Formats: sequence, structure tokens, C-alpha cells
Amino acid sequence: MEKTIAGKTITVNEEGYLTDFSQWDEKVGEEIAKEASISLTPRHWEVLKYLQNEQKNQVALSIRRIGKSGLVDIKEFYALFPNAPLKTATKIAGIPKPASCI
Amino acid sequence: MKNLVILGAGTAGTMMANHLHSELKQPDWHITIVDEKEEHHYQPGYLFLPFDIYTPEDIVKTIEEFIPKDVELIKQKINRIIPAENKIELNGGKELNYDILIVATGAKIAPEETEGMRGGEWQKSVFDFYTFEGSLALRNKLRDWQGGKLVVHITEMPIKCPVAPLEFAFLADSFFKHKHMREKVEITYVTPLSGAFTKPKATEALEHLLHEKGIHIESDFAIEHVDNENKKIVDYGGKEIPFDILVTVPTNKGDELMERSGMGDDLNYVPTHKATLQSKEYGNVFVLGDASNIPASKAGSVAHFEAEILTENILRYVKGEPLKEEFDGHANCFIETGGGKALLIDFNYTHEPVEGTFPFAGIGPLRLLKESRMNHMGKLAFRWIYWNVLLKGTHIPFVSATMSESGKHYN
Repeated sequence: MEKTIAGKTITVNEEGYLTDFSQWDEKVGEEIAKEASISLTPRHWEVLKYLQNEQKNQVALSIRRIGKSGLVDIKEFYALFPNAPLKTATKIAGIPKPASCI
Repeated sequence: MKNLVILGAGTAGTMMANHLHSELKQPDWHITIVDEKEEHHYQPGYLFLPFDIYTPEDIVKTIEEFIPKDVELIKQKINRIIPAENKIELNGGKELNYDILIVATGAKIAPEETEGMRGGEWQKSVFDFYTFEGSLALRNKLRDWQGGKLVVHITEMPIKCPVAPLEFAFLADSFFKHKHMREKVEITYVTPLSGAFTKPKATEALEHLLHEKGIHIESDFAIEHVDNENKKIVDYGGKEIPFDILVTVPTNKGDELMERSGMGDDLNYVPTHKATLQSKEYGNVFVLGDASNIPASKAGSVAHFEAEILTENILRYVKGEPLKEEFDGHANCFIETGGGKALLIDFNYTHEPVEGTFPFAGIGPLRLLKESRMNHMGKLAFRWIYWNVLLKGTHIPFVSATMSESGKHYN
């Protein structure tokens, strides 16, 4: 499925997650954040970069692991990305929705 | 003589002992199985105990009964595994050397991971049903409970038998209807997932059933703590859910032995190759059942399918042949839906549960992802199959270790 985000044509899945990370840039991230009513601060960006890096290293993402990352505790993670932080943050970061569950 | 050691005499370990004792025989091989427990529990029975459907006698037998005579059973606590030296250290100082090690130490609940869960209300109004004691305490509570808010809750994934909490909610609905007090009980299903289950088509079917039974669902709830004083659960986002009875599935973890041995991940699961079941770190160590970190369901059916494939792979390893990358994550689970009916799901790593017929395409007699009485009969018959067929490592006719796509309605 194709979608125009920040003036670019981006391929996303039915839930709105990017399927090709090479199409992502910070403008795209900001636009997706806006849809979730989040305006990104430098603190948000620290977390987003961390998630992208973990994804690159093929680490399975989970709320528990982020809580133990030393970067951010779970409370702050929720404050930054309310409701379902991992799902929201990964969508903004342009990486797949974590399959933490079987 | 060579030594094969199995750690854990639960579902997975017992099946491996039964598979291997006729393949790796004395005097060439000596097989040892180690477990500190006296009893073997039929864990799916924990679901039925709170509702007085099963009695404790239905689900408890001795470990000995299921271990072949030519396999040595050692009932002792395992201190640690020293994989670099191919050695096991038991409590009391005894050591076991191994040529091949099979880790089947399972997973268990860790309520201490959540603040307040094991607090003053534990087994008073906060219960688990993943242990015999928890399940029995809950039975005693439900027998004369007068009604109120019943909250069925999952702390975090992964958990053993991910459908069990849903089944609990369905059976509770049925139980209170039977007691003519359904209108006095408000049932809420609380999950950290975005929906009732982990796979889309099954989620749709199961949410429909929850709705039909008047069970309220709260999704995306990541618990922060249990408030014992005010009887509510609170999530990191500040959401609060009050309860009169909380039936929770606490965080599940692998055995602490993995932490002591430096072999586990952050939840004490052993990193394992998902298609061969070989440890990612040690070539002569194999892991099956709930103890591994593979992305398959933690369920007895999965251990059963794994055991068939692992047996072949261990024989290949003994002969110095390459392992076969065969395990596909196959799981087959009955889901009790109450009122004498059940659903059946059959899926693997790549194929989600869908509608269809099982095990014979177009015939059944079991229906996939649809409620039926026949499925419920299947679930009840399964207890007999477990004790008499499954644990003995006998192949279940018409059900292959890898998933079959025939009879399933994929789009």
C-alpha cells in the first residue's frame, strides 16, 4: 500500500508501518508522529535512534528490554509515546511492529 | 560408554527419554534424566481445576511412572551446567558428565517481577492458575464467591499456552451461568496485546466470542503494579482497572538454572536454533519445550512435535551427519469456549490459524477456528492421550510433526 508522507511516496503495510526503511527520513518520522498527536523533542529522537539501532542489530524489541536499556525507563517511555509506546515509537521510527508475541 | 543427560522430567524431557531409550541403547549409551520433583502434573488441567471440572487426582501422577526402566532417574536439584566442560553439577556436589545434553527445564511464573503482585492479597483476591497451588486456591475462592468484578489478566508475553487466559474467561462465563449468578459477575479480559490473541484471524474470531459472552476487553495494558489496598491494577500509562478477584498470568521465565549457568537470555530462556533445536552456543546441547527462546508457542503440543524432530536430529548428530532444519513451529491447541464447546487452532511460524477441517481435509471431524462440541470432546480426550500416548513418545496418528496446509482456508 502506498501513502504520501511529507511529500514522499512511501510504502506501508495495512497498519501504517513502513515496509522499506530506506524510504524513511526524519521528516517522515515527524509526520507519522503528528498523526499520533506527538511532537518530537530531542528526547524522543534519542529513543527513536536507539530503537532503529536495536532493529539494525536484529535485537527483538520489547517493553521489558527498553526498560532495562539504561536509556529510558518504562514510565518515561510511556510519557513520551502515550498508550501503546512500543507500537507508536516503532511506527514513527520506520521499523516493523515488534513481534514480541506468539 | 557415552552419556546423554536430560534436564527436566516434565512433558518435553519425559517424551525425549521415551523416544531415545530405544534408539541409544546400553552398553554404548547411558541415558540419565534429572528432576528435583516427585510429581508429574498434567498442566492443561490447571485450567479446569478452579471450576471443579477436574479434581487434583485427575492431573497428578508420579514422575517414575513415565520414565523407561533403562533410563536412570535422579531426583535432585541441579546446581549448574558447566557447558565448557560438558558437566552438570548437582546439589550436594555430585557431578554428571555428558556427551549430549538435552535441556527441558521448562518455564514458570515469576509474580515477583511485578510490584505488588505477590503482596498481601496473593491467593486472597489475587490468583494465578499456572501452578497447582494457585489453581487450587482459586477453586476454593470461587466455590462460594458471591460475585463482583472478575479481572483476567496477562502481565507480558511470552507466556505458556497463550490461549489459556482466554479459555479461563470463557469457562468463567460458563461457570457463573451454571450457578445462576452470571449477572452478578462482571468479567474483564486485560491484555498487553492490541487484541485478544497474537494472530489476526484468530483474534477476530476470539473477540467475537468475547463480545457474545459479554466479556469486556482492555487491550494494550502494560501493568506497572498491583494496588493491594485499593484492589486495582495500574498500568504505566496510568490506566486503572479495579477488581474483586484478579486472575493474573504473571511474567513467565525460564528456570533460574540458566541464570546460574550463564546460558539464558534476560528471561532465562536458552538461545536456540529455531529449526534444528540445537543450542546457538554449544553444539552438543539441544533445547526443547518451554525452556528455549524459539518464537513458537510454549505448549505441550509444540514440545511433542519438537520431540519427533529432535530425536532424528540427535541420531544425526551422533552419526556426525548434518542436522535437518525441519522444525516449523507447529502448534495445535484446543481452546475451551465454555458450554461444552471448544475451538481448535493449528498453526506454525509462518501460517496463522485459519478456518478449515482437521486432521482430514474437508472431513474433519474437528473444525478449525469454529466452536463445536466435537472439539470439546477432543480437548477432554486429550488428557487420556497425554498420559497414555503423548508422554510415551508414541506418534499420534494422522497428525504430522510439521504442519499440513491441507484442509485449511488460506486466502
